[in-house]
Amino acid sequence: MSARMTLATAARVLRQVRHDPRTVVLIMLLPCLLIGLVAWMFDGTPVLDTIGPTLLGLFPLLVMFLVTSVTMLRERLGGTLERLMTLPVGRGDVVVGYALAFGLLATVQAVVVTFFAVVVSGMDVVGPVPALVLVAVLNALLGTSLGVAASSVARTEFQAVQMMPAILFPQIILGGLILPRDQMPALLEAISVVLPLTYGVDALQSLARDPDVDAIWGDVVVIAGFVLVALVVGARTLRRRTA
Amino acid sequence: MARHVAEQVRSSGGRPGPGSRADAVVRIRGLRVVRGATEAIRSLDLTVPGGAVVGLLGPSGSGKTTLMRAIVGVQVVAAGTVEVLGRPAGDPSLRREVAYVTQAPSVYPDLTVGENLRYFATLLRTGPDDVARVLDAVDLTAGAGRRVGTLSGGERSRVSLAAALLGSPRLLVLDEPTVGLDPVLRRDLWNLFGRLAASGASLLVSSHVMDEAVRCDRLLLMRDGAILADDTLASLLERTGTAYAEHAFLALVEGASEAAR
Repeated sequence: MSARMTLATAARVLRQVRHDPRTVVLIMLLPCLLIGLVAWMFDGTPVLDTIGPTLLGLFPLLVMFLVTSVTMLRERLGGTLERLMTLPVGRGDVVVGYALAFGLLATVQAVVVTFFAVVVSGMDVVGPVPALVLVAVLNALLGTSLGVAASSVARTEFQAVQMMPAILFPQIILGGLILPRDQMPALLEAISVVLPLTYGVDALQSLARDPDVDAIWGDVVVIAGFVLVALVVGARTLRRRTA
Repeated sequence: MARHVAEQVRSSGGRPGPGSRADAVVRIRGLRVVRGATEAIRSLDLTVPGGAVVGLLGPSGSGKTTLMRAIVGVQVVAAGTVEVLGRPAGDPSLRREVAYVTQAPSVYPDLTVGENLRYFATLLRTGPDDVARVLDAVDLTAGAGRRVGTLSGGERSRVSLAAALLGSPRLLVLDEPTVGLDPVLRRDLWNLFGRLAASGASLLVSSHVMDEAVRCDRLLLMRDGAILADDTLASLLERTGTAYAEHAFLALVEGASEAAR
């Protein structure tokens, strides 16, 4: 791997994004609209304060998973990935380049949406707001690295889009978002332990009610570990030789 | 008539004949490739000389692309050895020296021509001068700021070709680079291929247009995953008593099926 090639790849991906301003606007605006909808619907209740931070952390995960798996699939189908694999660029450079580019995009998204939620919608976060942004960005990196891996299973863009419910929805259902994990059947609780999003949800819920930021560091380390593993798996799915 | 075409071949080259077996750029022994349920290439032996434009001709589905992919090292092979510039195909050290242009243009449609080339140039560790050089070579300097997605099919494949010229590779593997181009551009590209070979590069260029045989120093005729002929056009025409590459191909196919009977 080389820093120069990783950065060149990240810059190239960001240039592609820049040529598609409508997608950028959707990525920034849509979560704000949804947060606004929740704020309006539960006006005068503490509901936004309870689920708002978790929602905020989920948007980057979902959006970056989708964006990455579709972009990556286009690379695979369009022949550009095959070209890259014949060039002196490491597979890690490609995957980390993607993670950097979409991580940056996710950071902007997280900052914009958090600003909107806190300032415009009046969401009250008990923990520190920058920590909320940090967890959101880690979730986005998780989404990007899982998206790279998911794109290797898909053959068409339709299939790539279906990978989101296949890979992310079970994590959302089992991650403690719908039912606290200690109230789930023992087997499902055991499964939730090995799902990365469980730790993201745990950190976000902790930030919603606990002023002590130290409570999230354990989760942050686990999510970072999952991101690393997913990046390695994602890089392994790029093949120099294909049938 | 045969002599007339042969004459053309000689005069279009204007340089010493293709390299001897000693300075071969590609050596293939017993190559076998299986794609899905079919045997795309069965037991193929081949030596490609260096410093020449070698044409790989044959109908679509004859295995041209599979053979090229095996040479570039992106094809999973079932058996045999493929050696490129003295190293196993796909060796990491070859990624700087072998360039491959796929049939469908493999560049980013949502980037401009210049953005595409600058990215690939960074990966190959060359600079803006090299980008300017390849833009000029494919006559796209004026279009450098245009988005690839807005270009015509022919322009797109020239961008793809320009990317392959970056870093001045020693071996260029080009899969149907002239498909869909107008006659003037086709001529210009074949002239470019000739210049590249004259400057010491080796080119393997596939085509299903037999007319383009005239522009090659040496021909490989392919059919059903096997090499039907490996010869110069002149000697091929002489051997088959025909005037055109297309007729020579037909004569060889018929000869082969008669021999099989």
